[in-house]
Amino acid sequence: MKYTIGEPIRDGKAPGGPIEDRWDRRRFSARLVNPANKRKLTVIVVGTGLAGGSAAATLGELGYRVKSFCYQDSPRRAHSIAAQGGINAAKNYRGDGDSIHRLFYDTVKGGDFRARESNVHRLAQVSVNIIDQAVAQGVPFAREYGGLLDTRSFGGAQVSRTFYARGQTGQQLLLGAYQALERQIAAGTVEMHTRHEMLDLVVSGGRARGVIVRDLVSGEIETHLADAVVLATGGYGNVFFLSTNAKGCNTTAIWRAHRRGAYFGNPCYTQIHPTCIPVSGEYQSKLTLMSESLRNDGRVWVPVRAGDERAPGDIPEDERDYYLERLYPAFGNLVPRDIASRAAKNVCDEGRGVGPGGLGVYLDFADAIGRLGRAAVEKKYGNLFEMYERITGEDPYSRPMRIYPAVHYTMGGLWVDYDLQSTIPGLFVIGEANFSDHGANRLGASALMQGLADGYFVLPTTIGDYLADGPFGAVDQADVAEALGEVTGRIGRLLSVDGTRTADSYHRELGGLMWDLCGMERTEEGLRKALERIPELREEFWANVKVPGGEEGLNQALERAGRVADFFDLAELMCLDALHRTESCGGHFRAESQTEDGEALRDDANFAYVAAWEHGGDAGPVLHKEALDYEYVTMTQRSYK
Amino acid sequence: MTSTIERGAATAAVPRRAPVKKAPTPKAPGGRRRGPAGLLGTTNGRKAVMAVSGAVLVLFLIGHMVGNLKIFLGAGAFNDYAAWLRTVGEPALPGRTLLTVTEVLLVAAVLLHMWSAVALARRASAARPVRYAARPRRRAGGYVARTMRYGGVIILLFVVWHLLDLTFGAVNPKGAAATPYDRMVAGFDPSRWWVTAFYVLAVAMVGLHLRHGLWSAFQTLGLVRGRARRTLSAVAAASAAVLVLGFVAVPVAVMIGVVK
Amino acid sequence: MNLTLKVWRQNGPDDRGRMVTYRVEDVSPDMSFLEMLDVLNERLILDGDDPIAFDHDCREGICGMCGMVINGVAHGEQRATTTCQLHMRHFADGATITIEPWRAAPFPVVKDLVVDRGAFDRIIQAGGFISVPAGSAPDAHSIPVKKEDADDAFDAATCIGCGACVAACPNGSASLFTAAKITHLGLLPQGQPERDARAVAMIEQMDAEGFGGCTNTGECTAVCPKGISLDTISRMNRDYLKAVK
Ligand SMILES: Cc1cc2nc3c(=O)[nH]c(=O)nc-3n(C[C@H](O)[C@H](O)[C@H](O)COP(=O)(O)OP(=O)(O)OC[C@H]3O[C@@H](n4cnc5c(N)ncnc54)[C@H](O)[C@@H]3O)c2cc1C
Ligand code: HEM
Ligand code: HEM
Ligand code: SF4
Ligand code: F3S
Ligand code: FES
Repeated sequence: MKYTIGEPIRDGKAPGGPIEDRWDRRRFSARLVNPANKRKLTVIVVGTGLAGGSAAATLGELGYRVKSFCYQDSPRRAHSIAAQGGINAAKNYRGDGDSIHRLFYDTVKGGDFRARESNVHRLAQVSVNIIDQAVAQGVPFAREYGGLLDTRSFGGAQVSRTFYARGQTGQQLLLGAYQALERQIAAGTVEMHTRHEMLDLVVSGGRARGVIVRDLVSGEIETHLADAVVLATGGYGNVFFLSTNAKGCNTTAIWRAHRRGAYFGNPCYTQIHPTCIPVSGEYQSKLTLMSESLRNDGRVWVPVRAGDERAPGDIPEDERDYYLERLYPAFGNLVPRDIASRAAKNVCDEGRGVGPGGLGVYLDFADAIGRLGRAAVEKKYGNLFEMYERITGEDPYSRPMRIYPAVHYTMGGLWVDYDLQSTIPGLFVIGEANFSDHGANRLGASALMQGLADGYFVLPTTIGDYLADGPFGAVDQADVAEALGEVTGRIGRLLSVDGTRTADSYHRELGGLMWDLCGMERTEEGLRKALERIPELREEFWANVKVPGGEEGLNQALERAGRVADFFDLAELMCLDALHRTESCGGHFRAESQTEDGEALRDDANFAYVAAWEHGGDAGPVLHKEALDYEYVTMTQRSYK
Repeated sequence: MTSTIERGAATAAVPRRAPVKKAPTPKAPGGRRRGPAGLLGTTNGRKAVMAVSGAVLVLFLIGHMVGNLKIFLGAGAFNDYAAWLRTVGEPALPGRTLLTVTEVLLVAAVLLHMWSAVALARRASAARPVRYAARPRRRAGGYVARTMRYGGVIILLFVVWHLLDLTFGAVNPKGAAATPYDRMVAGFDPSRWWVTAFYVLAVAMVGLHLRHGLWSAFQTLGLVRGRARRTLSAVAAASAAVLVLGFVAVPVAVMIGVVK
Repeated sequence: MNLTLKVWRQNGPDDRGRMVTYRVEDVSPDMSFLEMLDVLNERLILDGDDPIAFDHDCREGICGMCGMVINGVAHGEQRATTTCQLHMRHFADGATITIEPWRAAPFPVVKDLVVDRGAFDRIIQAGGFISVPAGSAPDAHSIPVKKEDADDAFDAATCIGCGACVAACPNGSASLFTAAKITHLGLLPQGQPERDARAVAMIEQMDAEGFGGCTNTGECTAVCPKGISLDTISRMNRDYLKAVK
């Protein structure tokens, strides 16, 4: 795939000056919209996860007319519901030396120096308000006997700053946002459209002015127009078919926006989570995460000897290799995700993996149970242990869990400026859907933080500055007709192929290819192979897919086929991005660029930039680079030893 | 995995299609109806009415059982007790005051109880118009709970008969003129074993009704929490058993000749 | 393992619907119930048949999207388990499995096993929240909460809104779902100001949606994948009576 290098870009919205003051200064400089005008301004928010749910509720509270969309039957079911471990905040309630600056620093370092300083600092500042907001909404965070909030530690940090609600933090936070949203629906400020999937963006007069959606129940294609559009549609990890994402997670919304002019930032940055339940068979439809918080008390090990077939209980202590503790004495089992994942891959490649196919390592709680007692362990992780038992049929209290890395999160996404606005004016992107504040690797418990920071606090301020110029008048009908035509055309094409393979089978094949060639370890050779194979596969898909039924009514196979079609295009861009970035950084590990002891080796001289890809049609994508300058942290080789 | 398909091999009861009627978006709370009108208008309010009226009936049953047991003290004691019921408070109060008050209360309680039972049963069948094709397997083991509705009807029929029998004497061999004791002994004469059988059956039904009803009333009034639930359930079972035994003792004693 | 499935098929809300029998062979015991249906659906598509529509998303028991009545039990026989977390190892080889959608008038069937649970959202709209606009919250530590209360509130807050309680209740009552929210918010100090109004409004909405009343049969809690306890209903009743008194 050919690409060209375009003009470099610059985020013009981030104010200069001392980093602590930048967000305040931006807030102050952002223009306000008077209450009477707010009622005349319509904002579309696609997605009801932590980012979209909190944004729609807050915009509704502010008095805008909001239209909210999600593909599930209720906003409460957005994928954020599945987040387990917790949410970071620089509250320093423990007095263990945490501060906004330290959270800022940990996040920049954890992201392997590929994130913007200004954004990350703002995130750390706002993190504090999120906890206040959530508690006031009734989110039942874990508490100590004194009645105050409890925290725990997460990978990549040496302080305890992660607030949690047992193993269901995402659920509780999302329900808080969902309830705020439902309150606004009752108040009439938010109009909710469930079971509606966004299939295209309407751009008119150079501005994002609406969306084309399909009512998944009736099959009708609808147009919704507005003064601004917010995408909060989550991550695209499902390009790998097997991931910890919910089955419906897709790239369609952001991919369609990308095709209409929004740049795509760092598509190749994906996070592989080290603690997931290993694959058990070919029919497998998704992978299940075991929260990272388990690494607080569980110890990771494999047998010292390759091919050791003994039951874990029969392997004596001195024949076990607690490899994370051995390799990274300072952080031990709590090293960041990318490092833990690759370490697991390495020991499995050495033939020391356990379980079916040798693709697994042990996560052992025997010590913790001995130290704290079974009851205490059950209290902390009971629901996770139960989930493990449900899926594997094994009892993790008596036998160590088997875990293996799996695709979990995508740091890449639509490029946005400091105001969270994409390169299409009036199109804002929040939550996991944007290329976000995590650089090349996201620390645990930071996605919830970012989604809620965007939705409750950042977007509601910055979008006002844009809307102060509105209302933007009538939308050119030709632009609507063009988008509508594109959508109905695609649906028609999918239905008319009537081939011999299902969309799922193509998705599975694409996913396998991406996992092998653009997964935990990437090589030039592999990526080139992928770039050859993906277009072939896509062509075959469009010539041979079988989608039953018609365009009317609920047609889940049609929904799936549409999503798979977009994954093909995205996969190609991911591989291209991975191929062009010949350094290793964070979750992006190029085998050609590693230190002597196998750690990711960055190439700051050539790659300290955000890769923002413009859709170039047949001419191929155009790469715009946004340079990353560090004023407050020094770029160093990340070390967790 | 492969699969073969048979179309329409099994057909479940065709559902009466439920009306697809969407309730309107609720208004934010505040300024709602309060007081009894609101209370009687909601399912929860009606349930409370059922619980309170049920409680009145239970209190009556306890008194009634104790009174009945006086028969073991002999004809004199029992007839005196029956007379006392009619004359208590005289001359300060007119005759039959206690009895009339009880009767009014009972009638009111029965009417309210039935009204709420019928209202809730109708709502329930409207809310569940379609049955499952697979026989629903009850998980809570609530056999007793499921006897409440038809059990209640049996009890009602029994009470009608019972009043005609022992209060008005219409279906009693000795008629209305006899003493309560005589009516009782005649009514449960071994030759009329089916009367006794009917009483025993009805009392058993009452027992089942109370087995569930007693703790259910506490739950309805919001008085059950945590471990108390077990205790309460046990107490309900024990009280129901005591009532059943207490009531059954009398007809059985007459029939086997202990009381003549 | 080989199985016979009897599945409720219904083309749309206006279709009368019927049971259709499918035979599936070589099912792996490690498959989840939904994966078993996925494989059957792949087959149906290739045969030119309409695949079975069913709701699902997270497939890890937390989003509350999945749910079907399996052999007469909502979410199937295994306790405290959503349909997506149910695995085939719990079924016997050769078994016949009957699969039906949630049955309740306020949950009209959309297609096959998919029902419309919008009524639940509207119950929350009526009052299942604490009114606190973004940015107006005091410091989190200014509101200490007794640990026991926080824990009990949490237990109630784990409801995933799946609707199994309604499907199992012989009265089609939404009491357990509604009570779980009333209990969660009512146990916390933050929830006190709106506590009375919340109970009344949510219960009135529950009635307006056409759900039945609770007669304490306890089927709901027995099938609830999150084990929401009947205590929540008791608490809701008390809050309600206190509020309307
Ligand atoms: C298993 C798991 C555990 C995790 N645990 C943690 C954790 O402990 N801590 C942490 O910080 N992060 C965690 N994460 C990451 C975090 O949960 C997510 O990154 C975050 O919740 C994303 O939120 P979001 O609002 O951006 O998107 P989502 O919650 O994914 O919401 C997407 C929304 O967009 C809608 N949507 C998508 N596409 C369309 C379309 N085409 N049309 C219409 N609507 C659409 C969906 O309906 C949905 O409402 C975890 C992630 C997973 C998968
Ligand atoms: C007229 C005939 C009767 C009918 C139709 C009837 C019906 C019912 C029904 C349907 C219930 C609700 C069951 C439930 O909660 O699951 C109930 C509850 C109850 N009944 Fe009756 N019943 C009748 C007579 C009686 C009598 C005679 C008594 C007392 C001795 C009684 C005492 C109770 C009590 C205490 C409850 C519990 C209330 C509650 O659950 O809140 N009932 N009855
Ligand atoms: C099985 C044993 C029972 C016996 C022997 C018995 C006996 C009697 C007698 C003798 C009377 C007449 C009292 C009088 O007029 O002085 C009476 C009245 C009555 N009994 Fe029973 N009874 C029995 C069970 C029940 C039960 C189970 C119920 C209710 C569910 C019931 C309800 C009543 C009522 C409502 C009256 C009328 C009370 C009144 O007039 O105020 N009885 N009973
Ligand atoms: S109470 Fe239980 S069964 Fe009912 S919706 Fe909530 S989780 Fe599902
Ligand atoms: S099953 Fe129904 S009757 Fe009440 S206790 Fe549960 S809601
Ligand atoms: S699919 Fe989410 S709970 Fe089953």
